[in-house]
This record gives sequence, structure tokens and C-alpha cells, in this order.
Amino acid sequence: MSTIRAGYVRPVDFKHGRIDMTHGSGGRATAQLVDELFVRAFDNEWLRAGNDGAQIAMPPGRMVIATDAHVVSPLFFPGGDIGCLSVHGTVNDVAMAGAMPLYLAATFVLEEGFPLADLQRIVQSMAAAARAAAVPVVTGDTKVVEQGKGDGVFITTTGVGVVPEGVDIDGSRARPGDAILVSGTLGDHGVAIMSLRENLSFETSIESDTAALHHLVAAMIGAVPGIHCLRDPTRGGLATTLNEIATQSGCGMTIRERDLPIKPQVSAACEFLGLDPLYVANEGKLVAIAPAEDAQRLLATMRAHPLGRDAAIIGEVVADPLGFVQMETTFGGRRNVDWLTGEQLPRIC
Amino acid sequence: MCLAIPARVVALPGPAEAIIDVDGVRKRISLALIDGVVVGDYVIVHVGYALARLDEAEAARTLALFAESGARLAESSRQ
Amino acid sequence: MKYIDEFRDGALARRIASSIAREALPDRRYHFMEFCGGHTHAISRYGIKDLLPPNVEMIHGPGCPVCVLPIGRIDSAIELAARPGVILATYADTMRVPASNGLSLMKAKARGADIRMVYTCADAVAMARANPDREIVFFAIGFETTTPPTAVAILEAAAAGLANFSVFCNHVLTPAAIANILESPEVRELGTVPLDGFIGPAHVSTVIGTQPYEYFAEEYERPVVIAGFEPLDVMQAILMLVRQLNEGRAEVENEFTRAVTRDGNIKAKALVAEVFELRRTFEWRGLGEVPYSALRIKEKYRGHDAEERYGIAYRAVADNKACECGAILRGVKKPTDCKVFGTVCTPANPIGSCMVSSEGACAAHYTYGRFKDVPVVAAAVS
Repeated sequence: MSTIRAGYVRPVDFKHGRIDMTHGSGGRATAQLVDELFVRAFDNEWLRAGNDGAQIAMPPGRMVIATDAHVVSPLFFPGGDIGCLSVHGTVNDVAMAGAMPLYLAATFVLEEGFPLADLQRIVQSMAAAARAAAVPVVTGDTKVVEQGKGDGVFITTTGVGVVPEGVDIDGSRARPGDAILVSGTLGDHGVAIMSLRENLSFETSIESDTAALHHLVAAMIGAVPGIHCLRDPTRGGLATTLNEIATQSGCGMTIRERDLPIKPQVSAACEFLGLDPLYVANEGKLVAIAPAEDAQRLLATMRAHPLGRDAAIIGEVVADPLGFVQMETTFGGRRNVDWLTGEQLPRIC
Repeated sequence: MCLAIPARVVALPGPAEAIIDVDGVRKRISLALIDGVVVGDYVIVHVGYALARLDEAEAARTLALFAESGARLAESSRQ
Repeated sequence: MKYIDEFRDGALARRIASSIAREALPDRRYHFMEFCGGHTHAISRYGIKDLLPPNVEMIHGPGCPVCVLPIGRIDSAIELAARPGVILATYADTMRVPASNGLSLMKAKARGADIRMVYTCADAVAMARANPDREIVFFAIGFETTTPPTAVAILEAAAAGLANFSVFCNHVLTPAAIANILESPEVRELGTVPLDGFIGPAHVSTVIGTQPYEYFAEEYERPVVIAGFEPLDVMQAILMLVRQLNEGRAEVENEFTRAVTRDGNIKAKALVAEVFELRRTFEWRGLGEVPYSALRIKEKYRGHDAEERYGIAYRAVADNKACECGAILRGVKKPTDCKVFGTVCTPANPIGSCMVSSEGACAAHYTYGRFKDVPVVAAAVS
């Protein structure tokens, strides 16, 4: 990064300016953008040091590393934006291993012509999310692609953390008899996003549930160190997550429709579009699988936390070599909860 | 077939248009296919058009018919 | 949700189920066809089969407009989308239907065709207004429920002089399909498909009314019960059919009285009659050519007929030899009778139409019910 100082450097025009190819060239324009936007917003010792990489101190223990690319469209939605989403997403991925997230790295691929005002808004939102989560963005990179080759901005975040002693959380550890819990209402994020798609436009007060879950996870592990599995049901929804774990663990699951926490507006929006809330994305929820004897204690711990107030026990892991996830419907019958095939599309039939 | 859903009319913003509400989710739909809709009516909505008004009295009657099944069962078990 | 949740009540379901179990005569078998794909979907999704006695069997019918759309028509839609300047607007249901040459609308879109999903055809008309330099083609599919909205769209475009809006019309008719099934050799002569009665479509009937089904009840002496879309409606309709058979009646009954009348929606029917006329014949996937079973746009509105405008020639494409969709759509075979069901043919890789749409018999069974096919039954560890 350049440290040359000129007599007077015209500040970046965040109000009306747009990203152009020079911002990605690695020269003066890049340096200025990094300095006036990223360093200023994230504001920490590593970025201020101005090196390409960050030297970090890791406590002893098993390290967890996770990474996520964020390509959400629209970039701004009720309850959040691609910026805070990218922080929460990776913080959560690290947390789902039972680890406390410690540091983040962030890369930006910017499309030529992207408004700097929007970029600033996104970066400031990221910075606020990182501060609130107490997980600093310590290093990053910026590239620019030609107009038409990027959807405004793509953000990739990578996070590291350390797993405490005695914690062994893995998708393969679900066992018959274990309880299955979710931390709150399902489908909020997906519905909030869909309400903005121009060809669907419905009005709703539903907001994305995007949130950093690491403090909730820490509380849960504190109460039940023997938790078997943790995962956040993002793309593909709860159904996909349960099927993943069932496959990894070589067992089946039974869940009860009447115990699933779903907001009435989310149900209604899904009815309109012919979608199943089980497959709709969540960005601030987790699934926990724990021994049956710990279920009530775990539930109480979750409900005591602001991000787990609507937590519920929704079912059990069962022995099933075929690994089916089944649901007892409110109606009284049983049905499969299968993997999602392709993208869930609205339907008229 | 034909995903359609009963929704309550909460506003009539323009000729042959309605705002409908289902549990707080609102949408603008067309009334081009039915006449005489007033705010408070329930309509069946398919692909953005109201196809029919929902007869609330009949709905209640139908639900009562379902419950009757249980009554018959109770009766027959008493015999 | 009002008028939805009450009709999904599990306690009431068990009551109706016990009535069915009690009233179905033990020495008799009952075979009912639910015509409509939405009913197929409801039966699978709510596990209604679990609540029926073993001598009451449901046969899945062809009332899924995506399932009965021939491959050749999807090919034509892809061809239209490839024309320069065209935006093809379509309901999302059609996007993944496999067509010829390994294509689908979804794949054609990935290759650069301007294909856009809409929730309502009104948005396609709006697209035409907003893009005067482009040609908007609306891919119209559906039974009588979905036809009136298309009629309104064409009338609006005509009134507004939107020359750049046209419709690729694939609207089909329910009574014709029912007749085709009842006339099929398996049902009429051979008796290999015992068909005792029909559950009639819910929302189609809000438009056409109950009157058109009276012919079937009389001519073929089979009861028809028009049922609402919710699982309790379906169960009540099954009970009503059992009663009709026990009492030797073959009438049209209406379970869905909260939305369906004998005459239906007169205004909607008039608008459809203004814009559309019958095609002499139309190919249905799985059923072959069915006379007077589909609609085309009338001469008066031909300017908005995409087939006329773009000179699309229809080329029939045969189904995969291993595909049993035809037999399944007619109720002659079950999904599990098909050699490729669940192996080569899955919702992720659909070979035939019954697997493509989420309410096709195969897709519904695969997604919601296939765990019941396997000999090993999942047992919860206590």
C-alpha cells in the first residue's frame, strides 16, 4: 500500500463518485480508497499498520477457519445489507464449530460504475457489525471488474477462531435419541429478500434475521459442552441442513410441524408463492443437536438469550440407515422432508 | 393445480384493483374478473387476480359439516 | 391464516377419517381419481393416504398443466425466446421442464436468452409498456383457472395498442381431459383401471362452475365431488364419494361451496369467450391428441398471438421410451411401477413430465412419500 503523501489530496467523492478501473489498479487511487473507506471504517491497529497481511496472535487450541462468498441481490434489504450479512455469515460459520471467532478477512470484487455512496454504506455496515460482534476485519483486498461482469459488489469473508477444550461439534455426531432444536423463527431472511424482487413485489414488515450468533453459541456450550452438532440453516433452509447432518451422521430424523416456530407473515408469504418455509433461507438462526437429557437445559439457555427467544425443540434423531428426514404434519400424517432440488421457485400450480 | 389463496380485501386503490392482506402480507391484485367487491370481503387470488368471492357463511357451514363427523362418531359409540 | 388453517385441522381430519373408515363397506374397494395436481400435492404433503382405510385408493389424474405440456411446446417457447429482441415472460413452473437437446428454459436463460419469471401475466403487459423497443411474449399455460387472467391481459394489450405484446397460448380444458380418461380403453372396456368417482378441481370450478361435470356423472354414471384445496376438503370429498357409491348415486356434489357455484364466474367465462376459441385438437403429454381440449386466440386478437406472429411450427417430440408418464397420468400405473422412478428419474433430473412439476404424481410421491416404499421402516429409538 502506498504511503506517499501529496501536498493536497482531493478526498474521495463518496456522494457522487463511482468505482472505475483505476480503483483496482493497485496504484494511488486504490490506496486512497482503501485508506479513506476501509481503514477509516474498520479502524483497527492491523489495518492502520498498512501491510498486505495481518500478524495476529492466536490463543492455543484447535483452530477453525471458515470462508463465505456473498453475492446476495438486492444489496440492501429490510433488516440488513450485503455488508453486515458477510460479517455475520462467517462469524456464524466459525461459531458453528463451537469456536469463538477472533479475526476476519474481507475481499471485495467491485463492478466498474458501482456508486461509492452504496459502497460506503455497505462498508460502514460491515464495520458496525464487526464492532458489535467484537471480531475485527484485519486484512482485505479490493479488485475491480468491468461493467457487466459483476453484480455491483461481491464480498468474500474468511474467519478464524479457536475451539475450547472439551468441545467436539461435528455434523457426523448426531445419534439416535438426540434432540433437535432451532434457535428461532424460520424463513424470515428468504421472505424479506423475496419481497423485494420486482416481479414478486409483496409488502411485508418481515425483516431479515441476519445476526452474529457466536455469543449465543458460547452460552449454549457453557450450559451443554456435550452438544453434538451445530449448523446455521442458510441457503436451502432447515430442510437442507437437517438432510446434510442426517447424511453425515448416517441416521434419520423426525420433526414435528406443530413445533416449528414460523411467523404468520412468513407462512402467508410462502402460501402466496407456493414455497415451503422449510426450504427458505435463514441468516440469524441455528440448528442444535444434543443428547436428549440435555435438551431442556439447552432450550432454557437459548431462550434466555435475545437471539434465542423463540427457540424450540422440534424433533429427534432416529435410527434409519436410509437417512430420511420425516415430518409429522399438523394434519396428522407423515411426509418426507427431502433435499432441495435446484432453486426453490415460486409456482402457480 | 392452481395455487390460489383466500385473502382479505383491505383497500380499493383504483378501478378494478384491490390491496389484499393475508396475515400482514399485502399485495396489489386485479379485480378485472369479479364485480362488487368491498373492503372486508375475502377473495380467492390466483396469479394476481381475484377469481371469486369467498362466501363466509358457506365456509362456516363447511367447517360445521366436518365437525359433524365427530358427532356421528360419538353417537355411534354410545350405541 | 383465515380460511386456510381451519381447513387443515388435524383433529377434524381424524374425525372425518373415522367416518370414512366406518362408512366404507369392508367388502368393497373404492377407487377415486383426484383430477387436479393441486389435490395430488395436498394428498402427498399432508399424508392423507395414512388416514384412509386400505380399501379406499386414490388414483392421480392428469390435472397438472405443466405435466401435460408436450416437450415440443417447450421447444417452441425456447425458440421464441431465442428470437432477437424477444423477452419471454413465463410462470416459474415451466423453467425446469426438460425439453429437446438437453435444454430447458432455465438452461436457455443461462445461455443468454432473455427469459423472465413473472408471478402474474399483468407484469408481462407492464413489461411491454416499459420496453417499447422489445417484443414481449407471454408463455401462457394452465387450465381454466389461469385462462381468464390471460384473457384480461390480451384485452388490456389490445385496448392500449401494445403491438409488442403477444401470448404463446397453451391453455387446456378440464372436461376434455376427464372425458379422455373415461373413454380410455383401460377404463371403458377393459376395466383394468377401476375408476369409481372423481374429486373435481377446486379453483378451475370457481370459474367454470359445477355444471360442466354433470355430463360425466350422467353419461358415465360416476359421482363427482368438487373439493376445495385444503386437506380437510379433500377428506370430506372422499367421504361424500364413499356415501354416493354406497347409496348407488352418481351425482355432482359440491364440497367447495364457499367458492364454487353451479354457474361459476360468469364474467370470467365471458372474457375468455371473447378472446379464445377451441382448437380442434391438441397434443397432451401422456394422453396423445385430445379433441377440443385446448384454446387458441381468436382472429380478432391474432395480432397478439405469438404462434401467428413468429410463425412457430410445432414439432411433436416423443417421450423417453422408459418413461411411464402417459400411463401414470391416466391412472393406469403408479410412480413406483416405473422402472426409472427414483433412480434415473428424480426431481433433480426429471425424465418425464410427472417428475418435473412439484404436483406431478411422481414428484409428489418422491418428495413426500417415498420413505413409505422402502421395506425398512424407520423406527424411533425410545
